[in-house]
Amino acid sequence: MAKQFVRSILASVVFFLMLGVGYPLLETAVAQLAFPHQANGSLTAYGSTEIGQQWGGTKFFHGRLDPYTPLATGGSNLGPTSKELAQQTKKAIAMWHSLGVNPTEELVTNSGSGVDPDISVQSATVQIPMISKARGVPVSVLRNLVKKYTVGRQFGFLGESYVNVLQLNVALSKLR
Amino acid sequence: MLTLLEIALLLLALAMTWRFLGAYMADVYEGKTKWLGFVERPIYKLLGVDPNKEQSWKRYSVSLIAFSLVSLLFTYFILRVQNLLPLNPSHMKAVTPALAFNTAVSFVTNTNWQNYAGEQTMSYFSQMGALAVQQFVSASVGVAVAIALIRGFSGSGSSTIGNFWADLIRGILYILLPVSAVAAVIFVGQGAVQTLGGPVTIHNALNGVTQTIPRGPVASMEAIKQFGTNGGGFFNANGAIPFENPTPLTNVLSIYLLLSIPLSLTYTFGRMVGSVRQGIALLGVMVFFFLVWTGVTIVAEHGVSPALDAAGFHSQGAGNMVGKESRFGISSSVLYNIASTQTSTGSVNSSMDSYTPLGGMMALSGMMLGEVTPGGVGSGLYTILLFAIVTVFIAGLMVGRTPEYLGKKIQAKEMKLASLGVLIMPITVLTITGIAMLVPSATGAILNKGPHGFSEILYAFTSQGNNNGSAFAGLSSNNTFYNVAGAIAMWFGRFGVILPSLALAGALASKGVVPATSGTFRTDSALFGALLIGVILVVGALTFFPALALGPLAEEFSKGRLF
Repeated sequence: MAKQFVRSILASVVFFLMLGVGYPLLETAVAQLAFPHQANGSLTAYGSTEIGQQWGGTKFFHGRLDPYTPLATGGSNLGPTSKELAQQTKKAIAMWHSLGVNPTEELVTNSGSGVDPDISVQSATVQIPMISKARGVPVSVLRNLVKKYTVGRQFGFLGESYVNVLQLNVALSKLR
Repeated sequence: MLTLLEIALLLLALAMTWRFLGAYMADVYEGKTKWLGFVERPIYKLLGVDPNKEQSWKRYSVSLIAFSLVSLLFTYFILRVQNLLPLNPSHMKAVTPALAFNTAVSFVTNTNWQNYAGEQTMSYFSQMGALAVQQFVSASVGVAVAIALIRGFSGSGSSTIGNFWADLIRGILYILLPVSAVAAVIFVGQGAVQTLGGPVTIHNALNGVTQTIPRGPVASMEAIKQFGTNGGGFFNANGAIPFENPTPLTNVLSIYLLLSIPLSLTYTFGRMVGSVRQGIALLGVMVFFFLVWTGVTIVAEHGVSPALDAAGFHSQGAGNMVGKESRFGISSSVLYNIASTQTSTGSVNSSMDSYTPLGGMMALSGMMLGEVTPGGVGSGLYTILLFAIVTVFIAGLMVGRTPEYLGKKIQAKEMKLASLGVLIMPITVLTITGIAMLVPSATGAILNKGPHGFSEILYAFTSQGNNNGSAFAGLSSNNTFYNVAGAIAMWFGRFGVILPSLALAGALASKGVVPATSGTFRTDSALFGALLIGVILVVGALTFFPALALGPLAEEFSKGRLF
């Protein structure tokens, strides 16, 4: 019995050094050499393309209904029969209607991470008239912009087509 | 259509893995694989272990329990003093005793239930040196028990079931570590973070947003989190946040990783007992449940959330996107969450709490079947073998013959152990859920009102009793009641099944093999598979139907009523 405990302690030390120190440090070294941009958080001058941000008004594309607080990630966890969820959705729909937008699913819902950086192509498309009016940019230019920043289904069949809101808005701000 | 293509390609990849990983694992545990001998031998020497010296089931169990207790203390200790240790760039405080205890039990039992948000609680040192280490070793312990039980069937008149230390070390060195090392690099390439650089603050002049973004050694944990069916994420958002699960490719890679070992072990089992067909019978049962549960949930989530309907939202046809990520959409979200709940992984890429009543019930009921569809690494196989024994016993009763499984007579002792192993989970889950409903601090933690609130508690203890770790995350479960009750559920859910399984391995190993006759019930047949499906369903339904009726079923049939 005592022998098994001594062995357990020795084994725990070995595993700590091998799996808790050696393995993650080696992976960090490989990651930093091979993919430094991704490994450090896909940072750009405007923020991380992997972590969404709050946009408002009529001059930029909006993302999801998320709080976008990366230090407290996660969904709203409101259930399918929650009165609070219904009220929150009602408010979101009213907000979109006041901006003259007929919202899609993504635009009136929270994501799972609370920092979803993307929206569906349809969700970007429905915001085009709003932005066109506010910026005086022709609809066709904005359509091309959305098309340019559309990420297709991976390998043509995985996941959904989407647009990264940060990249789209940065490109939008640089128009002309 | 594209979803079907994704599932078909996933199944194809898994089918190839099943054959090769299954055979490789058999070689590893039979000691025939030696390419890492130069690492393996010094560890045996340090521990004073002779890998060829097999242990009785009692010694095997004592070694396993001793190791698990020491792992528990190690993990607890690191979390309690993380404020004094290096690699703590966000200056996290020491984890409180109750939470540290719950978390240590959670990771040692391969559950990975998290009563904390990683980005607000854990230092890099704790994530790497305490939690991710347990993700490796608890997975290896699970596979070791499954292999020991297989040896019970393959042995004849033997008093031993293998060497725990050799099994533990081989599983980590030859299986878990190499695959995780490769997978982690793929995760980073796709956009997962892997740095010790600490959080970074950004400012965007376009919208005036200033954000502090937490980072860390995420990808290295992500790989073993999936491959070891652990599920405990670096961040609170788990597989939903792009830093852990950046693209649809990493999403499907995660699903592939968490299904690989549980499915492939059926090949390992078949080969070690001398008939791959025996493994195929179990595989067929696992795949049947998995596909049915996935299909129903995908359909359910393409429906409309009742709350959005009530808000007057005109559906654009995307489905219930509440709590789901744009890049995954409905199908890839559901596939991930169902694979994760049915393998006792418990990682999520979308909020379970916000699924439709039926969708949520599928995840919940999948766990209630006992995590055998295909279940966690090792635990899925040893638990389905307990169900298989119950099945041959019932089949034996029907024809009035002493039941046999793989040439071993199933008698009173084996039947008692198998029943104990099968029933300990529902007893634990239902008892503790019942108690929780009477405790004000437990019911006070509920987020959603009405039947959904009961579902949150039922889900929590079903998840912990099955060592899953998935959550209806609205429940604010970091309080003394949940930390202690959860730890009890996880401990019984794990070792309450492992010990009967090892005792069974010992009892079976000591028996001689009875040659099959024309009257022997064939356990590699479709008939056996169908019976096994029936037994798993009946046991699950009889024990849990009343509880499901109070939660998700009541919600489903409340017809548009909001709470």
